[in-house]
Amino acid sequence: MKNLTKIATVIIASTALLVGCGNSNSNSSSSSSSASSKTVSGKITIVGSTALQPLVEKAAENFQADNSKVNITVQGGGSGTGLSQVQSGAVTIGNSDIFAEKQSGIKAEDLVDHQVAVVGMTPVVNKDAGVKNVTMSQLRDIFTGKVTNWNQVGGKDEKIVLINRPSGSGTRATFESAVMNGQTAAKSQEQDSNGTVQKMIAQTPGSISYLAFSYVKSDVQALSIDGVAPTDANVTTNKWKIWSYEHMYTKGKPDTAAKSFLDYMKSSKVQKGLVKDLGYISISNMKVQKDSDGKVTDK
Amino acid sequence: MDDPIKNKIQSTSKETRQDILGRFLTYLCIAFIMIVVLSIFVFVASKGIATFTVNKANFWEFLTGKNWNPTATDASGKPMLGALPMITGSFGVTILAVIFATPFAIGTALYMTEVASKRGEKILQSVVELLVGIPSVVYGFIGLSVVVPLVRNHFGGSGYGILSGSIVLFVMVLPTVTSMTVDSLRAVPRYYKEASLALGATKWQTIYKVLLRSATSGILTAIIFGMARAFGEALAVQMVIGNAALMPKGLLSSASTLTSVLTMGIGNTVMGTVGNNALWSLALILLLMSLIFNIVVRLIGRKGRLD
Repeated sequence: MKNLTKIATVIIASTALLVGCGNSNSNSSSSSSSASSKTVSGKITIVGSTALQPLVEKAAENFQADNSKVNITVQGGGSGTGLSQVQSGAVTIGNSDIFAEKQSGIKAEDLVDHQVAVVGMTPVVNKDAGVKNVTMSQLRDIFTGKVTNWNQVGGKDEKIVLINRPSGSGTRATFESAVMNGQTAAKSQEQDSNGTVQKMIAQTPGSISYLAFSYVKSDVQALSIDGVAPTDANVTTNKWKIWSYEHMYTKGKPDTAAKSFLDYMKSSKVQKGLVKDLGYISISNMKVQKDSDGKVTDK
Repeated sequence: MDDPIKNKIQSTSKETRQDILGRFLTYLCIAFIMIVVLSIFVFVASKGIATFTVNKANFWEFLTGKNWNPTATDASGKPMLGALPMITGSFGVTILAVIFATPFAIGTALYMTEVASKRGEKILQSVVELLVGIPSVVYGFIGLSVVVPLVRNHFGGSGYGILSGSIVLFVMVLPTVTSMTVDSLRAVPRYYKEASLALGATKWQTIYKVLLRSATSGILTAIIFGMARAFGEALAVQMVIGNAALMPKGLLSSASTLTSVLTMGIGNTVMGTVGNNALWSLALILLLMSLIFNIVVRLIGRKGRLD
């Protein structure tokens, strides 16, 4: 999937009028930064994933500063909205946390995937629970409701309060595919925003949920799984299993304006700067790749 | 024919044209509003009914089922579309919030109309208006930081649940109920009060026996409006109720409301899928409920006039 995208990107890039120099297929990003210095014009509407929204908003701001004739609108709305809007042609780019193949009602073959960043997620617990490391099967048992007290996994005698994400959300899909092994999570509280979840975990004794790395603050306890700590470095090698791509989908090939913006997103300027600053993991640092079925292979 | 006076009388004057134009403009606005309301109804209804026509869900099972997971299917391959937990949650927080709010609203309104000086009344008026103006996300945030820990420490549980939801809603509906109660108390004719006082009734007797009784229909209307507001509130409730699509076991266990499930799910589903249609059905229930609230207000109003 990733290779296909890359090849597609390169082909489009080399045929596009605005790209001055040719691409070496290993590094499409260096040439794209030069593309953004040429004049492009047009209107780009981007809708979808709230997890990706801050990055795209910032990048769009910077991009428009260099390309005053491009008008970019970035909106949230959720991955499902992003995918359905781009499929119907209502927007130029649809942002999604999950592969289009995994969203019901979406014809993935019509859409072109542009992966712009990687997000790592980690289980977080209230500091009170007294747990810092769990095994993958313990974590699964907590979320299926088999384990209901922290003392069953080596913590304090305290009831576990599960806070899940709404079914269908990208974060939950990622977590479940990495952790749940096909089992169904117990019905529990649900919250849909990282910020609210972070606050709830910080103040609710015995609570557990999962968050994107960038939302893990000092007032919550991130859990290691099987002794592996949730760090960016562990994500790049897939030692840490809970991560997903941030996708920007276009319907068919993107037009020149969208194309140059997508190239800008993948350029080293954004990948080494904004992506890192905002707590995402750069796509170019990844040593492995994941396909839409969750299969991980070396890059 | 060339009689200037006759001409003047028979031709349309500037004022008449203004009159026609004005009427035309008002009709235009009315027509526009009607079209907007109608299209909202048609849109929500057509989407909401699709769950039953396209996805073949049973309407009765939808209303009484307790298992909500539209993106998954049960053993027999049908999507799990039981909306009862959300319907219960919505009614639970609404009714509790109004029960909490009504005594305070009536008390405040009586103070404002009967007891307070002009100055005190003005101050209270602006306090009430201020409460209306606070955005619901702020209420939700206060609920999350203050009400939830308070409920957890004093009543137990995780703190998220119907009780927390109705405490937050209580503050939110209070201004609505208060200001409408004030209006209905002011609408009581002055001579009712004067007659009562002249007969030697005390202030309290006048309030209790005359004012409150003749304002009853107005106060009931205020309560129903408060209910409508509470029923439709999404964000603040969503932050404190826990959003578990489970039948609430009590006031302290996590529950969910129609609105909280809607706001959380709508961005994650794709138009035309079962999951999305099911959410539209919830929206349809919300719309029908607000219609029912409106009708009840009308009925009370009519009864009030007969009295």
